Amino acid sequence: MGPAGIAAGGRLVLEAFTSALARTGVQASVKENCSSHQVGCLGLCARDVLVEVHENGSKTVYQYIKPDMVERIVDEHLVGGTPVRDWLVDEAYENFYRKQMKIVLADCGRIDPVDTDAYHAVGGYEAARDVLTEWLPDDVIDEIKSSGLRGRGGAGFPTGLKWELGRKARGNEKYIICNADEGDPGAFMDRAVIEGNPHSVIEGMIIGAYAIGAHQGYVYIRAEYPLAIERLKLALDKARRRRFLGSRIFGTAFDFDIKIKLGAGAFVCGEETALIASVEGLRGQPRAKPPFPVHKGLWQKPTVINNVETLANIPAIIRRGYRWYASFGTERSRGTKVFALTGKIKNPGLIEVPMGITLREIIEDIGGGTESGKPVKAVQTGGPSGGCIPASQLDINVDYESLARVGSIVGSGGMIVLDEDDCMVNMAKYFIQFTQSESCGKCVPCRVGTKRLLEILERITTGHGRMSDIAKLEKLSAGLKATSLCGLGQTAPNPILSTIRYFRDEFEAHIRDKKCPAKVCKGLLTYSINESACKACGACLKACPSSAITGAKKTPHRIDQSKCIKCGSCFEVCKFNSVERD
Amino acid sequence: MVLLSLLMNEILEKIAHAYRQDGGNVITLLQETQEAFGYIPREAIDYFSTELNIASSRFYGVATFYAQFRLTPTGKNKITACCGTACHVRGSEQIISGIKRELGLADAEDTTPDREYTVEKVACLGFCSFAPVVLINKDVRGKTTADAIIKEIKSMRKK
Repeated sequence: MGPAGIAAGGRLVLEAFTSALARTGVQASVKENCSSHQVGCLGLCARDVLVEVHENGSKTVYQYIKPDMVERIVDEHLVGGTPVRDWLVDEAYENFYRKQMKIVLADCGRIDPVDTDAYHAVGGYEAARDVLTEWLPDDVIDEIKSSGLRGRGGAGFPTGLKWELGRKARGNEKYIICNADEGDPGAFMDRAVIEGNPHSVIEGMIIGAYAIGAHQGYVYIRAEYPLAIERLKLALDKARRRRFLGSRIFGTAFDFDIKIKLGAGAFVCGEETALIASVEGLRGQPRAKPPFPVHKGLWQKPTVINNVETLANIPAIIRRGYRWYASFGTERSRGTKVFALTGKIKNPGLIEVPMGITLREIIEDIGGGTESGKPVKAVQTGGPSGGCIPASQLDINVDYESLARVGSIVGSGGMIVLDEDDCMVNMAKYFIQFTQSESCGKCVPCRVGTKRLLEILERITTGHGRMSDIAKLEKLSAGLKATSLCGLGQTAPNPILSTIRYFRDEFEAHIRDKKCPAKVCKGLLTYSINESACKACGACLKACPSSAITGAKKTPHRIDQSKCIKCGSCFEVCKFNSVERD
Repeated sequence: MVLLSLLMNEILEKIAHAYRQDGGNVITLLQETQEAFGYIPREAIDYFSTELNIASSRFYGVATFYAQFRLTPTGKNKITACCGTACHVRGSEQIISGIKRELGLADAEDTTPDREYTVEKVACLGFCSFAPVVLINKDVRGKTTADAIIKEIKSMRKK
């Protein structure tokens, strides 16, 4: 049950099962074998609520379950022994999982997220035990280096190398921080991991702390994730009670504990030096690098910062060995990656795939293609730091190098599918609007540059674009990329550059023809009322903020174009599709 | 010096105490203040400034930097519309303009004059596969529409 599952009624379904089982549990035949557990996110959000029935080693899966359907499942299947055929998952469900490879998400949806016994039963904390009692820190570093694991937050820096630098850094007060800020809109991988298997992150941090020589860890988690925070708190309490955190862990001389630090709503705090400033209680403004956090980080001490997904991989790599992990993926992008597949896709949700899989396989085989059946126009990856990959490039391999070559990035894992009803110029404006409002303001290129880029895009999308604007966007973008203080400013122009590269014709249509081909940019649309379809209900008249619509009862209404400010309210409120736009 | 109500004073004292115990983190202090009052009152900042001997500007600097903090009271009901990328491509803008239209709020306004409703935008709640997402107080409405939210607001207003 992730929050999407809860939103779909997951908690209500769980309660319905608990009470139905309590009711039927009176009969002796079902007493011992039935129990209901809550688990983390299963990934296939489109089919919520998913319910798995495990009996004698076999598994049956139900989809789209609502609380009022539970009684029948309990009565017919659990008591009666016959599954309710109509409600079982179909082949499409199997297809969703067929090309996936779960490492990070392996136990999400299988175990109670908070319970240490459940985690232990699937091998949890065994890697930490081995490492602390039998390995040297350098052994850990060698193992992680050999696995090829790269940072999963977006930058893809080799994790083993980062830990080696942390180990070598001088000083006996060191820190390890888990970056759970996950600020990219459209990304919810880290949220699912913390809600579904927080102990895997805790164990990863214990191992990392041991490797670099840190005794205090922090998880910096964004305030917008209350369920994740709650589960993490509970998991930490339980880990402490079982002495997996605290002093003399596993009877060794190693002390380590973890504190939670909440974010307060600032995308820039996902950047490591801004994050550090935030943990220190300051405004989250980045600092110049070098010095890098690994040498001078939190409170000026050596600090290693790792992403949630990166840390969640560690226990599995230690348990199963670097060769096993490196057997997935490509030569320079080893292992798997969790993606949040959303937008105009039939099967939105969380997926975990080996690096190197093609984008087409993700969109068509796993995602089921677009929901509407319309062709894919582009796939946006990497959030506000990324770019769009046009339909013509769907056969590329998804790995760090290949995506960079086409002008995008793997990023944290957000993957948004777009179709012909999405305007690429609007998308560019959307992202720069975001980065401009999230800019911390410290450096001139970003503070002023994002504002100027936004202004140009606002002019273009409202019919005041000039042909020289495209070159101006490119020149400004180059300036930001070269001179901004941190990654936010350096990558803010990426969505703009990417959409110009592949969809220049849309920019030209907006500027030269003052038209939005996808019919999204309101300022470029002309609204009119189809008089034969108009039912004279007056809804549009009431909604119009500039009194541009006239029409008495029973007479078709009309829009006065000279007064129309093209806000689109009439189009939105008309229930009879009488308002046309083009 | 503004006289604070006894209750407010008690709450602020507790927060200031926790600040001293925990090694002094301004963000945590402001989060606890907002948790207690729904926003950061001017009186609270004055109190902390005096008690902890920290310039008010320091608190304001942090409070105005992070999106979570509000310096004005919120309405009784909070409607939060997600504007993340997935929600954006599934019509979050239309939903927000619809809600504001229903509540009679202009573009720059976010709280109704009778202080019953506040409409907020948030960058991403992480419920992307249920886009578009709106929170009404703490209840999640996924795969929603402007009409559905407007209908719910209307029925809330009737009560």
